[in-house]
Amino acid sequence: MTDMAVPSRRHRLHAWLVDEEVTSGRQARAQQWYRGFRSLTSSPVAVLGLLIVAALILAALFAPWLATHDPYRQDLTLTLLRPSAEHWMGTDELGRDVWSRLVYGARTTLYITILVTVIVGPIGFLIGAVAGYAGGWVDVILMRVTDILLAFPSLVLALAFSASLGPGIGNAVLAIALTIWPPVARLARAETLTVRNSDYVAAARLQGASMGRIIRRHILPICLPSIIVRLTLNMASVILTAAGLGFLGLGAQPPIAEWGAMAASGREYLIDAWWLTTFPGLAILTVSMAFNLLGDGLRDVLDPRNG
Amino acid sequence: MTATLSRAGPVRRAWLPVLRKLGTSLAVISTTLLGLLVITFVVGRMVPADPVLAIVGDQADQAAYDRVYEELGLDQPLPVQFARYLGDVLRLDFGVSHITKNPVALDLARVFPATLELATAALIIGTLLGVPLGVLAAVHRGRWIDHIARVVGLLGYSTPVFWFGMMAILIFYARLDWVPAGGRVELYYEGIVEGPTGFLVLDAILAGEWEVMRSALMHMLMPALILGYATTAYISRMSRSFMLEQLHQEYILTAQAKGASRHAVIWKHAFGNMRVQLLTVIALAYCGLLDGTVLVETVFGWPGLGQYLTTALFFADMNAVLGAVLLIGLISIGVNLLCDIVYRMLDPRTR
Repeated sequence: MTDMAVPSRRHRLHAWLVDEEVTSGRQARAQQWYRGFRSLTSSPVAVLGLLIVAALILAALFAPWLATHDPYRQDLTLTLLRPSAEHWMGTDELGRDVWSRLVYGARTTLYITILVTVIVGPIGFLIGAVAGYAGGWVDVILMRVTDILLAFPSLVLALAFSASLGPGIGNAVLAIALTIWPPVARLARAETLTVRNSDYVAAARLQGASMGRIIRRHILPICLPSIIVRLTLNMASVILTAAGLGFLGLGAQPPIAEWGAMAASGREYLIDAWWLTTFPGLAILTVSMAFNLLGDGLRDVLDPRNG
Repeated sequence: MTATLSRAGPVRRAWLPVLRKLGTSLAVISTTLLGLLVITFVVGRMVPADPVLAIVGDQADQAAYDRVYEELGLDQPLPVQFARYLGDVLRLDFGVSHITKNPVALDLARVFPATLELATAALIIGTLLGVPLGVLAAVHRGRWIDHIARVVGLLGYSTPVFWFGMMAILIFYARLDWVPAGGRVELYYEGIVEGPTGFLVLDAILAGEWEVMRSALMHMLMPALILGYATTAYISRMSRSFMLEQLHQEYILTAQAKGASRHAVIWKHAFGNMRVQLLTVIALAYCGLLDGTVLVETVFGWPGLGQYLTTALFFADMNAVLGAVLLIGLISIGVNLLCDIVYRMLDPRTR
């Protein structure tokens, strides 16, 4: 009897999610999410992206259980060992297990990506929305600043910033964030301009809503889908830039496991120990590709106009 | 008579908007340049390393320290320091590099042609592969060529370029021994050709040094192909979406209806209309290549601006870093502005 109840509850949930007679705002929102999720998962490549990102998150969360060795323990009797049953991806020049370092490296990658996104999303949106809504001089000044930063190749700018801030993971996050907010601001401004003069914004203004309230309640929901898509696609380039900084020695400092730095340290032993560079590079490629796939899939669902 | 009069009228009146536009453009250019200089100035000020100590060394007494401190103008207020910096930059004085002991401007002039050569080769590869790929993908949407273009684009956008370079060295140098591992030319050919263009391959051809040319070409092959691949990804994606946009226009239907051949519709009508956009994309790809060269030059030991920058970073040689960053910024802003101008001139819709 009890195992009959489980499917019927699932059926009820499904029925509630697709019921055309919506009875509450909560149900409408849930249905919207459900439809979005269904159309996202109808694309196999987007699902692949989603799965890889999920795997990255799981690897970061459960790193201590997935790692077969201590990623920081050096053993100079075990340096540069080939991949084997004991060391799945071999060992590095200090005798550390490459697989374990790779798993812990997922934490570094995720940390940088999330932190940059959390910084860049709100700041980029706010600058763009204020510029678009306020117009006039505010717009001119904010957009000039945006354009100047936008004209710069992002890695070179991040290099310059992290050179002046000093090497380290926190500074790398800051440097990447400084270079990556302009496209978000541009997007938010463009979206804001499309609704700035619409009737419902005018109505809110006539009721005496402040700029902050209008931006938060009426402009943010319009901008959100395209900004989420942009940020997801950005994550791919954040990962590549972070890896590039790590490769040049400006990102996470040793002994922290970071994929770019791991690939860089393998450079000296490239000919004799291919596994040192190959695996971290593949990890960067896979994760960055996953965010690209996921971003493309999300765009088809959330923001079909820009597809 | 009346015809010439009526034509003269609008032309004369048309001068005013043009002048105004020119004025705005000049204002935009100067504020952008000023912004760029503010960035490099701020970056230079934030550096944790003490610039005075870098000059006098840590053995100097307080008097020597103070003297250099004043000579560098560090006792002045920030706006004065910025004005001074502005003056230096205008005189092309970026200071002296601590590593090479040369003026940074001289160093930059020496290394820049190598980067330009590499980036140009990559751009040629990227354009020749990317444009046809993108156009064909759009025309045969959903077919195998479209899928190939998608995969090429996806991998190009997702591959860390420095890793790609190392893998290429591992396979084509270490395993197969088809190409040299790094540098610009074999050591024993170095200095034979000191040509007018600074592009080693071209200079060698002009001097008739075929062995040097061959060696230089072989050295350039891998870095140029790797950068060219990333460029192909970008250009093919953009060409695809431009082409799709054009194919949805109604004039395509008209052209087809009047019996124009498929080839003419695609390459004459549609392609003709996306050329301007494409030009912008190619120019922006050139800027993007400056980013890529930093990493690729480091991997392949290519003696260009990127390697100069990363070496300077490694030894905390801030004058050299700031000079290189400023140069890259100037080029990017220059190319962006040029794009804007060309776009306005060629695209009648922006008038």
